[in-house]
Amino acid sequence: MIVRLMGGGGQFKVDDSLLDRLNELDEQAVAALERNDEEELDARLDEMADLVQSNGEPLPENDLAPSDVVIPPSDLTLEETRRLLSDDGLIPDLPAAG
Amino acid sequence: MAGLMSRAAMVIKAKFSKLLDRAEDPGETLDYSYERQLQLLQNVKRGVADVVTAKKRLQLQSDKLEQSLVKLDTQARQALAAGREDLARAALERKAAAQAQLQDLDRQLQGLEEQQQKLVSSERQLSAKVEAFRTQKETIKAQYSAAEAQVRIGEAATGIGEQMADTGLAIQRAKDKTESMQARAGAIDELVESGALEDFTSDQTQLDRELAQVASQGQVDSELEKMKAELDAGEKQKELGS
Repeated sequence: MIVRLMGGGGQFKVDDSLLDRLNELDEQAVAALERNDEEELDARLDEMADLVQSNGEPLPENDLAPSDVVIPPSDLTLEETRRLLSDDGLIPDLPAAG
Repeated sequence: MAGLMSRAAMVIKAKFSKLLDRAEDPGETLDYSYERQLQLLQNVKRGVADVVTAKKRLQLQSDKLEQSLVKLDTQARQALAAGREDLARAALERKAAAQAQLQDLDRQLQGLEEQQQKLVSSERQLSAKVEAFRTQKETIKAQYSAAEAQVRIGEAATGIGEQMADTGLAIQRAKDKTESMQARAGAIDELVESGALEDFTSDQTQLDRELAQVASQGQVDSELEKMKAELDAGEKQKELGS
C-alpha cells in the first residue's frame, strides 16, 4: 500500500498490516474533527504520519505511482482541514499552461 | 464521513481527473499535462523566493530589535548612574516590550522557515516526478497504440497529479502566510508613522533626549565647578599678590 504524507512529506510504501492501526487512528481523527477538537486531531494525524514514516519505506521521488491513501497535514486549522476534505476544497486549481 | 485518509485521496484524484478529461488525443493530453507541470514548477520556485524575501525582512526587523535591547540596557545603566531611577525604569520597561516583540518575530520567522522547508521539499519531489514524466511521455508516444497509451497516461498522470495537488497546496499556504506577515509588518509601520507606537528602533527616542539632557546637565555642572575653582584660584592669587 502506498501512503502520501501531505505537506511535503512524500510517499511511503507500507505493509498492509499497518492499515488496521492507521484506520483506528483515522477514526479517532474523524471523531476529533467532528467535535472541533483541533489538538486531538493534530495529535492523531501526527501519530499516523509517524507510524508511516517509521514503518514504511520511502518511495523514490521520481516514482509516478499514485497513493492509496493520503494523510492530511497536522498544521491546518479545523476549518482548513474541512475544506481540504470537501469537493471544491482547499487545494488550489492547477495553473493554466503557457 | 469516510476516513480522512481515503477522503483526502479521493478529493485529490477528483481535482486532477478534470485536467485529463480535456484532450481527446493521448499525445495532446501528455503535452498539456507536462506544460502545466512546468508551470507549477515555476510557481513553486517563485513561492520559495517570496518566502526567502519575507524572512529577510523579518530578520532585519529582528536585528534592529536586538540592537535596541543592548542600547536600552546601556541607557538604563547610564540613567541609574546619573541617579535618575525614573529614566532607568522607563528604559527597562521599553526593553521588556522590545523583548516581547522580538520573541513574536522569532516565532514568525520559525513559521516561515517551516513553510520554506516544506516548499523546498515539495519542489524537489515535483521536479523529480516531472523529469520522470517527461521520459515516460516520450516512451508512451513512441511505443504504444492509442488505446494502450491512454491507460498508461492515466497511470502516470494520476501519480504526478497527486504531487501537483500537494505542491499547489504548499504554494498556497506559503503565500497566505507570507501575505499575512507582510500585512502585519505594514500595519506596524503605519502605527509607528502615526505615532501610536513608539518605534524602539528610531534613532532618537524620548529616552535618548532625556538622557542627553542628563548628560549635558552633568557636563554643565562640572564645567561650572571647574570655572568656580579657577575663579577661586584667581582670587587667592590676587590676595597673595596684594
